[in-house]
Amino acid sequence: MTGLRFRFVVLSGAALALGGCDAALSSLDPAGPAAEVIAQLWWVMLAGGTIIFLMVMTLLALSFRRGNEPRGPDGAAGERLWIAGLGLGFSITVLAALLGYALFVGERLLPRSAPDVVAVSAEARQWAWSFTYTDAPGRVTQDVLHIPAGRPVDVSITSADVVHSFWVPRLAGKLDAIPGHTNVLRIEAATPGDYAGVGAEYNGPGYLGQVFTVRAHDEQGWQAFLAGGTP
Amino acid sequence: MNALRRHRALTRIWASEPGWKGWFTTVNHTDLGRMFLTVSVIFFLIGGLLAMLIRAQLASPRSAFMGAETYAQVFTMHGTIMMFLFAIPLFEGMAIYFLPKLLGTRDLAFPRLTAYGFWCYVFGGAMLIFALLAGIAPDGGWFMYPPLTSAIYSPGINTDFWLIGITFVEISAICAAVEFTVTVLRYRAPGMSLAQMPIFAWYALVTSVMILTGFPPLILGSILLELERAFGMPFFQVVQGGDSLLWQHLFWLFGHPEVYIIFLPAAGVISTILPVLARTTLLGYGWVVAAAVSLGVLSFGLWVHHMFTTGIPHMGLAFFSAASTLVAVPTAVQIFAWIGTLWKGRPRLVLPMKWLLAFFATFVIGGLTGVMVAVVPFDWQVHDTHFIVAHLHYVLIGGFVFPMLAALYYWMPQVTGRRRFFKLGETAFWLVAVGFHATFLAVHWAGLLGQRRRTWTYEEGQGWEIINLVASVGGFVTAIGFALVILDIFINAIVATRGARNPWGAGTLEWAMPTPPAAYNFASLIEVRGRNPLHDDPDLGVRIARGEGYLGDPERGARETLMVDVSTGQPAQIVTFPGNTALPIVMAAVTGCAFLAMLLKLYWLVPLAVAGVAALVMRWIWVQRPRHPARHLDAGRGLTLPVSGWVIDPPGWWGSVFLLVADATLFGSLLFGYAFLWTVAPNWPPPAWLIAEGWGVTLAAAGILLAPAGARLAARRAMAGLALALTGAALISLAAAGLLAAANPAAHAFDATVTVIGGYILLHAGITALAALYCAVLTIRMPDPPPGPFRILRLWTDYAAIAALIGLSAAWLPGAVA
Repeated sequence: MTGLRFRFVVLSGAALALGGCDAALSSLDPAGPAAEVIAQLWWVMLAGGTIIFLMVMTLLALSFRRGNEPRGPDGAAGERLWIAGLGLGFSITVLAALLGYALFVGERLLPRSAPDVVAVSAEARQWAWSFTYTDAPGRVTQDVLHIPAGRPVDVSITSADVVHSFWVPRLAGKLDAIPGHTNVLRIEAATPGDYAGVGAEYNGPGYLGQVFTVRAHDEQGWQAFLAGGTP
Repeated sequence: MNALRRHRALTRIWASEPGWKGWFTTVNHTDLGRMFLTVSVIFFLIGGLLAMLIRAQLASPRSAFMGAETYAQVFTMHGTIMMFLFAIPLFEGMAIYFLPKLLGTRDLAFPRLTAYGFWCYVFGGAMLIFALLAGIAPDGGWFMYPPLTSAIYSPGINTDFWLIGITFVEISAICAAVEFTVTVLRYRAPGMSLAQMPIFAWYALVTSVMILTGFPPLILGSILLELERAFGMPFFQVVQGGDSLLWQHLFWLFGHPEVYIIFLPAAGVISTILPVLARTTLLGYGWVVAAAVSLGVLSFGLWVHHMFTTGIPHMGLAFFSAASTLVAVPTAVQIFAWIGTLWKGRPRLVLPMKWLLAFFATFVIGGLTGVMVAVVPFDWQVHDTHFIVAHLHYVLIGGFVFPMLAALYYWMPQVTGRRRFFKLGETAFWLVAVGFHATFLAVHWAGLLGQRRRTWTYEEGQGWEIINLVASVGGFVTAIGFALVILDIFINAIVATRGARNPWGAGTLEWAMPTPPAAYNFASLIEVRGRNPLHDDPDLGVRIARGEGYLGDPERGARETLMVDVSTGQPAQIVTFPGNTALPIVMAAVTGCAFLAMLLKLYWLVPLAVAGVAALVMRWIWVQRPRHPARHLDAGRGLTLPVSGWVIDPPGWWGSVFLLVADATLFGSLLFGYAFLWTVAPNWPPPAWLIAEGWGVTLAAAGILLAPAGARLAARRAMAGLALALTGAALISLAAAGLLAAANPAAHAFDATVTVIGGYILLHAGITALAALYCAVLTIRMPDPPPGPFRILRLWTDYAAIAALIGLSAAWLPGAVA
């Protein structure tokens, strides 16, 4: 795992160098386990996709070699090679492998119950977020979500008006806030710090400014927050 | 009769009116195909202009070029125009122009319907362009999610323009799909069996059936949302038992098949022209047909992959993720069949082939990113970011626009009869290909770095500036390339020299005619015995012109063609087509009045306009009744065939069958919506179910039994049967009216749903009644009326009775059980 993690740091570093910036919303600069497995998924798919693309392009280019003799088989032999072999065999194999990997990753993202899970709620409206805390009843924060670092957090997401989406790219994927429904997203920040979040479903003219912050505290800070402090 | 005299005689019969008047009265598929293509390209230019505005705005951070409100209208209209007013109509225009020529027949099954569809498209599209120019264009994104688009959050007329304008335009898609289906199944060259059809016909058939089953969910969704906006029927309001997710399901039930409705015609083009340009035949014809059919079927099973972030249960996610990756298999089969075709042939690197290569490079990337976003965890990150924007442009431009450009350059000699002289096209190709990839490869990265789609500007310092600048420069290069393509086509269509008849050495029938084509397509309908008749007999065109096929003798002075047996292609009937008429444009205008009245909230005008449409439909059918008493006519070459007006399955019956497929899908979508709200929406059950009255049930049961019985009796004893059918329809109407009276549509989504079900039953009872009245008039005016209209009446009556049975049960059963 450390080796893998090291590779990501290198790769994401390369990605950042390309952009040359601090990339507060980059899904390729993960700061928690969910975002990390997804970033890993992306690099694996990018590598696999590039290989397949180059393979197809090579086959395509080779068909234009000069000469009057046909280069490939016709009739049943051709169908065996191109359709049964590549069209069906190759694609089904690759897709099955990818699907298995995807299900494995998906399993890891599920909000499973665990002793140290923290429960919070997020309610979206045009164009703001308010957050409440199971461990601190009555406490409401606007546009800042406080969580403890290093612990899984389940965010119950809903909406007071139109459809919105809760997205903190460096921590996890996004999940929609839909009126009348509550969706639960598992997030986790590996280290204390501020993480940028945005609404990620178009919801009217104020969409751009619908941003929020996830503030991950160390154990001490979290206890202080629950006790009513304003860190 | 020699070839020239035959040409003159046929031209006299088939030509549209000279001058500008001809545009408004033509029903000829060659004319209308060209008009459709021209108008869709104009919309492409408008949509492209909007794209340039978007790229200008995003070129730099904190741009002051546009504000948030203007930007919202621009991105919404860019998507809307490209999807609804460009892509689908371009396919329609292409198929309208080419299908009859590829199939070796003289026109589409319903020429006036072609014209009606065209005018609905023009009028509906004009409504949207008016909204754009007036600054009141739709602004909720091209998929219009409520509650943002509901009356509370979007009170203006903007959203209504979308719902009403797009529904109006959709009429043209349904019309086209009905007639493509009937044309492919029954209007082909004599002897052309299903297995010998040119491959494009298979793709057109699959695409058409997909339109018939894919568009109704969106049409229903638009009706429901407009009813909510106009009359407060709360389908998408959660407090009153609605659910905004219902819209998303209905929209993507349409929206995902839509992607394949756009891709499949392009794949059909590739399967047609790639083998010709490689001087060979398509590898694995049967496999490719199977792949196209399975794509069509599978595409209906993956709409949920647009909704992976809406909180779908995990088992559902796994299923739809698997289905979404599975759809890549038939796509891969086609891609490798095409590459295998290139390998077994000797490909020529001419301009259409270059566009095909651009297709491969682009579409393969789009397909691979498509598989990536089918993987749920990854989709959770990139959904609603610029990654998706890039992916969908790779699929749609790579998978549709590039093949269509190949088609353009491939078929230009057929359309204009000229050889390309100026070579602007090559420069244009490189500008578009390079510019496109510069734009959208970059945009993928912006999405991964967190740039959301539909944000009107951004701050510096997030790594997006260079990406967006590159994308904007690439976008403008692409735009210049497209402008050059159009200039190239324009110049070469006007000044280039006349060319040879079959420049690519193709084997299909559209090249077996003089170019530009004559109004009648084929001077005679010649027997076909293979997939590439022109390869089998290079002199086929001459033999057709000499009149060696069927119906080569125009002595009856009517627009005639053959209807063939569905599977074998053996000649079965002689069809007489209608001539030039202004009826389609008039009917489209009156239809437009109904839509405009809804838009302007002049509700009193709606029933008047609908009555006008009904009257015009009656006239439409009436003028096509068989005028000639002969039941059989000479088809030439010693063959005598029945006349289609006198057979039991005339073209109108076939058209009705496929129109009912779309109609039933609409009703099925309504029932799906009902079940969805019941099981998923939070505020159910409603405060009160509807309680069926005894009289209502009795009326309904009597009507449901009497109407079909009457329609059957009418075949033998016309007047008694028709009276019975009419009574049945009236009883069903009364029961449905009772339903409408009992429900309070603004109170709860249940009542609102029941109201729509009641309206649907009422509408179909009305159609039954009109059909029965038509048959009665026919019986009075013709002592021995043709059997076709009675069969069609039976079809619609049976459907109305079944819809009433299902609809009334769905409305009353919960109340009876609870």
